[in-house]
Amino acid sequence: MTSPEVLDELELDAFTELVNIGVSRAASSLREMVGEQVHLSVPTVVMVSRDEAIEILQRTENDKLVAVHQIFEGDITGRVLLIFPELKSLELVRAVTGGELSLEDIIELEQEAVAETGNIILNGCLSTIANLLQRSLKMSLPEILRGSAPDFFNLPPPPEAGDLAMFLYINFAIQHRDITGYIAMLMDLPSLEALKLILREFIERTTGEAASKPDGAA
Amino acid sequence: MAYNILIVDDSKLARLAVAKALRTQYGDWSRLEAANADEAIAVTGQSRIDAALLDFNMPGRDGLVLAAELRALDPDLPIGLLSANHQAEIVSRAQDVGATFLTKPLTEAALNAFMAVALARRAAAER
Repeated sequence: MTSPEVLDELELDAFTELVNIGVSRAASSLREMVGEQVHLSVPTVVMVSRDEAIEILQRTENDKLVAVHQIFEGDITGRVLLIFPELKSLELVRAVTGGELSLEDIIELEQEAVAETGNIILNGCLSTIANLLQRSLKMSLPEILRGSAPDFFNLPPPPEAGDLAMFLYINFAIQHRDITGYIAMLMDLPSLEALKLILREFIERTTGEAASKPDGAA
Repeated sequence: MAYNILIVDDSKLARLAVAKALRTQYGDWSRLEAANADEAIAVTGQSRIDAALLDFNMPGRDGLVLAAELRALDPDLPIGLLSANHQAEIVSRAQDVGATFLTKPLTEAALNAFMAVALARRAAAER
């Protein structure tokens, strides 16, 4: 796999840790919502092309997926998706509503429950990251998408420059429920370069040490 | 006498952040670092540990499992469990194993409070 090395090892480590903190807090909120423990995997952050991101997802999941999609804008711009198998979405509604509802009600509520869960996880995660980076990010309203991995990773408009994705995946599972999902984040090259500079500031602030200078920078 | 603190986190940045937070008041403590539970246990075999700060969400055995292992080795060891994941199950399991739950990102104030207890406990044990 040809991983483009926009971020160096410590920058990627720092971003993974930010994601870890963001998702951990979001999981605490989700736990309040469903009343059961939410288990998280250790996040994996890799820089891949869009095609590779699609491949990663297709390797483990089938074609019928649901995603909650949000766009973030600010010093860095990109998309973030919470993805899970379509069949799991009804189980998610049961978890959120407490399982007292009829199947008709559950189907009716599915859209809302999925959007709300996505909103809690994605907003919680991104707002924590933005705060720690001392930047503000504007988030769009959650939008529900249905389809397969290629549909999710080729949303219009196409990226202006650099067909690069940052794919981060975290597996989350709700205890006693058969619910698992992934989070993916997509950024193009200019945004990743902006992120690199912001991460350097963050590393310097956090460790009290100056990160090594970027290539060619003064 | 010099004290040793064990810092276990799979993120190098997180370990550096703890090191920075320790610098002001506990700069004289020696820091021993490990990136996972296996490395941490190996470190305990080589050095005396006076306090341990463990990340919860790590590849392999998580911080709670490691806390229980360290507790078995040293019933008096002050252990801090670090996580942004403050779900009731995790906080209460930390308490069950006698670890202090510390929220990530770690603040110097929270660390100093934990360290004050660690120091007092160690001093009492040595008396």
